[in-house]
Amino acid sequence: MKKEFQIIAELIKNNTKVLDVGCGDGTLMKYLKDKKNIDTRGLEISKDKVQICVSKGLAVVEGNGEKDLKQFPNLSFNYAILSQTLQAFYNPEKVINDLLNVADKAIVTIPNFGFWKVRLDLLIKGTMPITKNLPDEWYNTPNLHMCTIKDFFNFCYKKKIKLFKSLALHNEKVTEINSFNLNLKNLSSELGIFLLEK
Amino acid sequence: MNVKENIKTIIVKKPLKLDCGETISDYPLAYETYGKLNDKKDNAILAFHALTGDQFVSGINPVTKKSGWWSHAVGPSKAIDTNKFFVICANVIGGCMGSFGPKNINPKTNKEFGIDFPVITINDMVNAQYNLLEFFKIDKLYSVTGGSMGGMQALQFVANFPDKTKTAIPIACTASHSAQNIAFNELGRQSIMADANWKNGNYSYLNSSPNKGLAVARMAAHITYLSKKGLQEKFGRKLQEKDDLNFSFDADFQIESYLRYQGSIFVDRFDANSYLYITRAMDYFDLVKQYKGNLSKAFENSKTKFFIISFTSDWLYPTAENKEIVIALNASGVEVGFIEITSDKGHDSFLLDVPEFLKAVKNFLEANY
Repeated sequence: MKKEFQIIAELIKNNTKVLDVGCGDGTLMKYLKDKKNIDTRGLEISKDKVQICVSKGLAVVEGNGEKDLKQFPNLSFNYAILSQTLQAFYNPEKVINDLLNVADKAIVTIPNFGFWKVRLDLLIKGTMPITKNLPDEWYNTPNLHMCTIKDFFNFCYKKKIKLFKSLALHNEKVTEINSFNLNLKNLSSELGIFLLEK
Repeated sequence: MNVKENIKTIIVKKPLKLDCGETISDYPLAYETYGKLNDKKDNAILAFHALTGDQFVSGINPVTKKSGWWSHAVGPSKAIDTNKFFVICANVIGGCMGSFGPKNINPKTNKEFGIDFPVITINDMVNAQYNLLEFFKIDKLYSVTGGSMGGMQALQFVANFPDKTKTAIPIACTASHSAQNIAFNELGRQSIMADANWKNGNYSYLNSSPNKGLAVARMAAHITYLSKKGLQEKFGRKLQEKDDLNFSFDADFQIESYLRYQGSIFVDRFDANSYLYITRAMDYFDLVKQYKGNLSKAFENSKTKFFIISFTSDWLYPTAENKEIVIALNASGVEVGFIEITSDKGHDSFLLDVPEFLKAVKNFLEANY
């Protein structure tokens, strides 16, 4: 299981109820269910991935995070997970609000557009950046709203969303982000992982 | 046709109070089984048939000599693997394949019930079939499943018996029959009733059934089971064994010939009065209303794990209606999965060889067993 999922799993208390939005092939859900006795539900847009989840015995609903979060009752989960998908929504702000409606806490991870390699691509090459976390060309990327760790940090501050934990991931190493090291982490990290609450 | 010898039947002694107010008892319930019930009795799946189905799910139907209605899905190593699971299916009450229906003799008159048969509901059908659990001494089913009206019965089963099945797979169905569904059923009923042979339901099943009316009902219904794209691809404007139009009202087009054929073979195996009763039961089905406008209440005490399946080209029980069920299940905190299968084959997809559908059913059943 990839490091990002390990970190997310560590943020979640055992025996809780979790909604994984964009759960993919269910790797994280399966881990949470088996290792932490968590009651997991998933939402996934790809039919093929829903099929994989079904074959793992996971309760996954085919659907779209932008439209289908409404179907879950308010605060029916302890955590809602959104892994590297926020940037692909038409209205990320609404999705964050929906996440915090269905769950007490949300765990959101974002590919950091402020990472130095990303910046360098644009600065030196003058082309849209392509990295491990951002592998697509500008014309076929699903990403509509790229942001940086700093952007997301500021967004939460502005919208009065409490950040319980802000973590930066680079080369499998996890570090805490705070307002003092924000500029540095924004430059040196590939991925930001945030635990938030309304 | 002599059907009795090939039909297994239990006589249900326990009285059943029907939704219409009447009580029935000592009534026949015809069933068939596939696979073996294991020692722990935890591998039983109750399959519910749709409007014109019967208990002969798989293999060759001994009465019609045609393949069972779910032969693609049920059998050894198939989606519902009879090497692992014990599949039970009963003919619904109101039906015409051995269970208590309008063809049965009314002891009060010594004639066939006809339309003196009580109006039955999906709830009544399910309550009648529940007796099979007792008959097989099964405390808890592994699954209940079915498509279309079979899916409605699966929903009703869990609502009525929240702890009697581990899983449920309602397919291509709805929690509440729509105006469009009712309209098509009414078209079929009016077609039967307009046939002079119907005689207010008092026809003799063997000699002079309202076959023309029943055939037209089937033709109309058959269109609703297909999709526009599927029809266009299969038939288009192709002519039936001719090079040019006939300038007459013969079946010039292949689609006409196909529908006429579907109508004609249907009347050999189905009773017109049963068609009236079963379509009525479907029209009366409204699980939302049964739970006072809140469908999630229907499932709130259930530990059953659900898997809802719909098909992209099904316009009779469209994805949106299936999703209403998913939403209600989520609202009641029940474990639920959902997938919409891509298929051009319309509502009929659940009966056909649609690999992604069969794979989903198989994976769900096996992953949770």
